[in-house]
Amino acid sequence: IVDVALTDVSVLVKGLDEGSLEGLEEQLIGADFGVPATLRLTGVVETLAERGVARSQRDFLRAVREEIVAILSAGRSDTALRFNYEGGPTVFLIVGVNGVGKTTTIAKLAHRLTRQGRRVMIAAGDTFRAGAIEQLRRWAERVGCEFVGSEPGRDPAAVAFDALEQAREKNVDVVIVDTAGRLHTQGDLMKELEKVHRVLGKKLDGAPHETLAVLDSTTGQNAMAQIRSFGQLVPLTGIVLTKMDGTAKGGIVVALKEEFDLPVKFIGVGEKMTDLVPFEIEQFAEEVMEA
Amino acid sequence: MFDQLSDKLEGVFSGLRQRGVLTEPMIREGLREIRRVLLEADVNFQVTRDFMKRVEEKALGERVLKAVSPGQQLVKIVHEELTSMLGERRSPLALAPIPPTVIMMVGLQGSGKTTTAGKIARKMKREMRQTRMVACDVYRPAAVEQLQTLGEQVGVPVYAEPGSQDVVGIARRALELAQSERDRVVIFDTAGRLQIDEQLMDELKRLKEVLKPAEILFVADGMIGQESVNVAKGFDDALDITGVVLTKMDGDARGGAALSIYGVTGKPIKFLGVGEKLDGLEEFHPERMAGRILQQGDVLSLVEKA
Ligand SMILES: Nc1nc2c(ncn2[C@@H]2O[C@H](COP(=O)(O)OP(=O)(O)OP(=O)(O)O)[C@@H](O)[C@H]2O)c(=O)[nH]1
Ligand SMILES: Nc1nc2c(ncn2[C@@H]2O[C@H](COP(=O)(O)OP(=O)(O)OP(=O)(O)O)[C@@H](O)[C@H]2O)c(=O)[nH]1
Ligand SMILES: [Mg+2]
Ligand SMILES: [Mg+2]
Repeated sequence: IVDVALTDVSVLVKGLDEGSLEGLEEQLIGADFGVPATLRLTGVVETLAERGVARSQRDFLRAVREEIVAILSAGRSDTALRFNYEGGPTVFLIVGVNGVGKTTTIAKLAHRLTRQGRRVMIAAGDTFRAGAIEQLRRWAERVGCEFVGSEPGRDPAAVAFDALEQAREKNVDVVIVDTAGRLHTQGDLMKELEKVHRVLGKKLDGAPHETLAVLDSTTGQNAMAQIRSFGQLVPLTGIVLTKMDGTAKGGIVVALKEEFDLPVKFIGVGEKMTDLVPFEIEQFAEEVMEA
Repeated sequence: MFDQLSDKLEGVFSGLRQRGVLTEPMIREGLREIRRVLLEADVNFQVTRDFMKRVEEKALGERVLKAVSPGQQLVKIVHEELTSMLGERRSPLALAPIPPTVIMMVGLQGSGKTTTAGKIARKMKREMRQTRMVACDVYRPAAVEQLQTLGEQVGVPVYAEPGSQDVVGIARRALELAQSERDRVVIFDTAGRLQIDEQLMDELKRLKEVLKPAEILFVADGMIGQESVNVAKGFDDALDITGVVLTKMDGDARGGAALSIYGVTGKPIKFLGVGEKLDGLEEFHPERMAGRILQQGDVLSLVEKA
């Protein structure tokens, strides 16, 4: 019987039990790979199975892992941050939808860069959400870095401008600009973000040197629309995948990589400022397929 | 006027209809398309499987095989089934027989608990109920300030003990205050946490013991993917939640999590969050949600007319 409730895998290979391809498909869907990526990956395995190269569930898993590694390693996959070597500070702009972990990620990045011996400044470009400025100020205290504040309701582009002025005065190496969470469907707010990006570039050639989109690993298929829309307004340079200490697998980044060729640069693994690690492709491929 | 799914299904069925008979394999092909739509809307795959079994039984019945437009008929069946599986009726907030009504907000990090607390406080106040909010998130930097700012915006007092880490103590004292002040509604904001974080889940259990809340609202991000099931189950198993709020539904998320969460917990979705501002709270309508998950307009009335 063709069980439509279960699977799209139509060809069943001789000598294999039906469950294994279906099991694989379930695992991929369950890890938020999405339907198209799941079908592509199971397709690869199916082909291998038909040729008799992959026989067991273990072979299947290995084949999928290899494919995931290949996808994530192709094209832009460098996790290193891009710094400004042409004089003046390096500028990072952090963007994303509401509540994904932008502000916390900024604290983590600031901590990381401070420990590397850089002078860091973080700027409160979220002037909208209640308590957002105070939240960043607290982080600046904990990290021990420079902080550029603001008043609620102020134009975030003006905050970004101020931050660059102050960064020059204080001889800071890296400025990280926070932004308010916004859904990618909110036209006005997206334009506001474009303006922040533009002001940074006008004030300092080549800035921002990184525009990182923060993505919550529990996010499902909406991640595609998020990255597409943000990327259309501001040229993204990478992704930070947060909350990977939870049970979500973050499989959507494979589909994102295929579609937008953006490297995942870091993953967030907790709420503390030390909980940020560079993205490891092999390790991700391993863990995303763990039951 | 029909949306993508109906079009696709009509495409699937057109070949068959030319030959005059709609066969079982054709319907199965149509069901496969529907399954895909559900998965793309982030309905959990297990929930999808159970759901499709139920739909399959109905679809293989007479209604579809004989329908003039089998695609539309199939969508109608799915829409009806979805609507009934999302909870039949809208479910208002439970008010305690003896005030104050205690409401606890719980959920993962960043899901929208604090904002939703502010929204519910606003609603309660507008309904002329004396309301208070309590800051029980002692971990996130400036969580207290966030709640205080929201309290000012809606004109509702906020109880907080800045600097204290004693969540249960804060809650107990807040409840005493609320009782002596004759508050009608007290809303407790809690820190975001992972459902697998035993220590923090334990903190919620102790809070529940002290507060005996009329409502424990599980707040979930409407953009959540396949994990919605495990997360909701984790919170429900630990706390026996009384309802769900699905936030950030002002975007383009399809919100399949609504079906998943209801599917595993059986707890009603009480509100949708539809904006960052405090008026962005809507009541939940199962039939609208079903349409949204399927990316369909008002399917029922269209089929009725056809
Ligand atoms: N478990 C876990 N929690 C995280 C991680 N990153 C951030 N968080 C939590 O997620 C919640 C939201 O984080 P924020 O940094 O405020 O998110 P944001 O994107 O700045 O939010 P808005 O500014 O409101 O859009 C907080 O409770 C953080 O502690 C992570 O990697 N793991
Ligand atoms: N667009 C939109 N944004 C929302 C909605 N509800 C909450 N938000 C935003 O989501 C982000 C997180 O909301 P919070 O209320 O801080 O979430 P929380 O669950 O209290 O977060 P933690 O306390 O860190 O766990 C903020 O930027 C809110 O403005 C909604 O319905 N729509
Ligand atoms: Mg923030
Ligand atoms: Mg909160």
